Amino acid sequence: MKLSVNALNSFYGPAHILFDVELDVAEGEVVALLGRNGAGKSTTFRSIVGLVAQRSGRIVFEGRDVTREPTHAIVRAGLGYVPEDRRIFTDLTVEENLEVGRQPPRAGAPQWTRDKLFTLFPNLGEMRSRLGGRMSGGEQQMLTIARTLMGNPSLVLLDEPSEGLSPKIVEQMAHAILTMKKEGVSILVSEQNLHFARLISDRVSIIERGRICYRGTMEELEARPDIRDAHLAV
Amino acid sequence: MSASTAPLLAVEGLTKSFGGVHAVRNVSFALTAGEILALIGPNGAGKTTCFNMLNGQITPDAGHIRLEGREITGLAPREVWRRGVGRTFQITATFPTMTVRENVQVVLVSHEGQIFNPWCSTPTFALAEADRLLELVGMGGFAERPCGELAYGDLKRLELAVALANRPKLLLMDEPTAGMAPRERIELMRLTARIAREQKIGVLFTEHDMDVVFEHADRVIVLNRGMLIAEGTPAEVRHDPQVRAIYLGEGLVYDARHREDSAT
Amino acid sequence: MSFYVVQFLSGLASAASLFLVASGLSIIFGVTRIVNFAHGAFYMVGAYLAYTLTEQLAGTFGFWAGIVLAALAVAAIGVVVEMVLLRRIYRSPELFQLLATFGLTLMVEDLVVLIWGPDDLLGRRAPGMRGAIDIFGQNLPTYDVFLIVLGPLVLGLLWLLFRRTRWGILVRAATQDRDTVAALGVNQKWLFTSVFALGVFLAALGGALQIPRDAVNHTMDLRIIVDVFVVVVIGGLGSITGAFVAAVLVSELNAFGILVFPKISIVLIFLVMAVVLVVRPWGLFGKPEAPARQMPGLTVRPWRPLSVNERLAFLVLLIAAAALPLFAGNYVLTIGAEIAIFAIFAASLHFMMAVGGLASFGHAAYFGLGSYGVAMLAKFAGLPMVACLLLGPLMGLIGAVVFGWFCVRLSGVYFAMLTLAFAQIVWSIAFQWVEVTGGDNGMLGIWPDAWVATPATFYWLSLTVAALAVGGLRWLTFSPFGYALRAMRDSPLRSESVGIDGKRVQWAAFVVAGTVAALAGAMFVYLKGSVFPDNAGIALSVDALVMVLLGGVETVSGALVGAIVYKALAIWLVSYTELSKLVLGAIIVVMVVAFPKGLVGMWEVLQARYWPGATASGKARRAEVAE
Repeated sequence: MKLSVNALNSFYGPAHILFDVELDVAEGEVVALLGRNGAGKSTTFRSIVGLVAQRSGRIVFEGRDVTREPTHAIVRAGLGYVPEDRRIFTDLTVEENLEVGRQPPRAGAPQWTRDKLFTLFPNLGEMRSRLGGRMSGGEQQMLTIARTLMGNPSLVLLDEPSEGLSPKIVEQMAHAILTMKKEGVSILVSEQNLHFARLISDRVSIIERGRICYRGTMEELEARPDIRDAHLAV
Repeated sequence: MSASTAPLLAVEGLTKSFGGVHAVRNVSFALTAGEILALIGPNGAGKTTCFNMLNGQITPDAGHIRLEGREITGLAPREVWRRGVGRTFQITATFPTMTVRENVQVVLVSHEGQIFNPWCSTPTFALAEADRLLELVGMGGFAERPCGELAYGDLKRLELAVALANRPKLLLMDEPTAGMAPRERIELMRLTARIAREQKIGVLFTEHDMDVVFEHADRVIVLNRGMLIAEGTPAEVRHDPQVRAIYLGEGLVYDARHREDSAT
Repeated sequence: MSFYVVQFLSGLASAASLFLVASGLSIIFGVTRIVNFAHGAFYMVGAYLAYTLTEQLAGTFGFWAGIVLAALAVAAIGVVVEMVLLRRIYRSPELFQLLATFGLTLMVEDLVVLIWGPDDLLGRRAPGMRGAIDIFGQNLPTYDVFLIVLGPLVLGLLWLLFRRTRWGILVRAATQDRDTVAALGVNQKWLFTSVFALGVFLAALGGALQIPRDAVNHTMDLRIIVDVFVVVVIGGLGSITGAFVAAVLVSELNAFGILVFPKISIVLIFLVMAVVLVVRPWGLFGKPEAPARQMPGLTVRPWRPLSVNERLAFLVLLIAAAALPLFAGNYVLTIGAEIAIFAIFAASLHFMMAVGGLASFGHAAYFGLGSYGVAMLAKFAGLPMVACLLLGPLMGLIGAVVFGWFCVRLSGVYFAMLTLAFAQIVWSIAFQWVEVTGGDNGMLGIWPDAWVATPATFYWLSLTVAALAVGGLRWLTFSPFGYALRAMRDSPLRSESVGIDGKRVQWAAFVVAGTVAALAGAMFVYLKGSVFPDNAGIALSVDALVMVLLGGVETVSGALVGAIVYKALAIWLVSYTELSKLVLGAIIVVMVVAFPKGLVGMWEVLQARYWPGATASGKARRAEVAE
């Protein structure tokens, strides 16, 4: 297993948010974590990378227990995290944004250079010295992913990459994610858009009210209209 | 045009630029009472700017916004509200330190102009009306709950109740279903559509979920680079080659029923 | 003409130190979001250490080595402070951080006197720069020329550091979004520590470079920090270029203001600042603060009016307090009256902070205005006490109407700084307008009428006024006005979109709080029989904040508990120790670290943990009331 999360419980102050969350991602796999806003997707991701202080459970990344490690150490171990709401540095240029994410190359993980990223996201290559704040939502989303890839991660957590993007940009995003997968990056992606998840993922977990309520392959989920209706009905 | 024959909302030549960048250029459209109009377009097309000019957060450089024939261009948000425009936000904006019912009561107090009346008590103000509004959006059982404890979908419904509290003629909804599960999206939009049609409220909403847009909008307008490039029924818009090229893409990420090839 | 040129150049020279200190504050704020009140203290320690080192080390090299070593040593102290104290409070509300660093400042003031003594120290002149150059027949010290060059040089170096190095890019990124920087694999802890060290180094260097120009003394920290606040607020928090431009502006205003308006030179700078803030609320080069992200899952308990039982309990306590004169002596009763008066003061600030979300750092302005209002009416118009008590607070009301109009246009740290600036205006008028206010000598001999002249009767009067004021504020809290104010605090966006004129509501709250504070000030005059500029001083403003925070902002009754505990403690301390600032500062620091929710908040947390039944029954009771 690339990443396995066992019995993860998280709290914000007195509020218990996650209940015994179990997740795993195998080498080279794309796993989708589906659920509505407030179901606990972002909290799960933030807990995995250590941005939620109050949590219990066990998080093992590439065979190493990272539960007690600080965020920057987890990320430096090769676990990249793309936060929701884009959160690019609006006062920094595209190149400076990428510089913040830069980490030395790592054995066993695909290596990314600026030029390689500009091939993956051609738009970004055309605006290297533009300020982040002057980019459209779609371009910003691509920049956040590129910025995380600059750290040469072997696994990336993508928090709602399609949120608030136009259908056409979402299609480009799906293409980029599949390219990342081909390059050898394992991906855990949180989503609400089932159509999008269907395009990119191998396996699915559904989270509701802080609990994982369904796990299976994409095909299995397709064959279970009852589950789709209960949690994701279109 | 007299007030009786004027459309509910008439927008004419709306224009705004920021530091030399044209965010919105010469946009005109109209909306009649009871009609549901969707505003779509790529990210950065100027939807938010357009929306914020309608609700008073941004003053346009040029153009007119008229509500029932009366000019509301450049009024402050609270003045726009006083003239009968309710709104919901992309990220819910509620009062977390109050109960669900108090959230509505504060708005009712403001609507009645009683904010500076020291002899009035908010928690006992217009109980019946507050409960009626909560009942309307299906939140009747939550009246005593602290608003900060609500689930996201419930907050969205509370926001709808709040937006309806001043008996608006026009409802502005900025990505009303963002962050909700598909089923909740459908339920919220059905509820909104039913209330709008029953009470003859015009609804203008922005949205990226094409399933929601094609299912519930009577008409769709499309913005690109600040300009209006298409307008029509959902079927017309999704057949428009230009809209498909710049916005809809190949239709892989919304419901098959709404794709061009299966449209009947 | 040449006189003005030299005056201008000398202003530029003064700007250098100011810029160094202000840029340090700005850099630290940018990344850590802490407004480092202790920055003035670091500046002062830099000057003291440089004094000692330059006295010890000989020659030209020794002098300059002494300056640099002093700055480095203070930077090392800064690293320790950051690691031991600030790391614990980065997640606390910004006001707590301001308070903690203020506590630090208090401690440093006493320590400095302990080590270097209370007298002014005159440092060495810079070797090789003792002369002056001739400018159209006027002399400009060579050292000033050095400073004039140094300012832009440091600005250029900082610019290169932030634009051309990876460290600089990381710092700029962290200025905008700390969590995301950590999520990209950057070790925040060391980034913060290094930024703090750089900021403190600049402050200490600014202090060290002052020794050839100015005497070193133990009050230079507060003087510089007020100037620095003005500079960063005018320039824009977090902007180094802004700090430079504003430092020049403020220094020139000082240099020329003193020629044109010698009496009100201080006021002039604050006026410029107020104008800048109204035109550009984020300063000349600043950027609007992004609205704070709401943490998911944070539940906030809605406030409720007191239940019948709680009201009865309150009444019993009040009766018990009223019975105090039956068994306590005059000394205790005088303290009791003082505590009651400070409860009024704290409650007024609490109303503004807790209900309105407006954290004022200059609430003493209105306390002071109320005091002087009463004193003038009694002295110049010879009015009786009751008339003075009723009319005196009007001066606080007028002050709050005028200042409040400016202040409510801002929010957060900027609001805090502008309120502080206005309080400094009031203080400097009281201090400088000697003909009317008596300046530092104050106005003496204002005593209560015969019917409340005994400690017992005055205690009862204070208690009555306090009960009425606190009750009135609570009543307002639950009136539609209070709800509208809270609505504005909870979500300005939503409030504006449901017809609430947020600025007007906040302005009204500012006026209410200011007037009640002025009432406290009015009572205070009759308690002490006199009034001094300190009645509007920073220390008093901070006292009020400490009382509110000690009690707990998020609780309705916090201010009362805070006022009683803090005031009793302060009076006791002053009577037992010479080093009251050191002890008080330490208490503030410990309080911020240990009780971030205040005493009442702490009690509620404990209650929820050990007696969950108590809160559950409370909930059940509320539900019943609803049915």
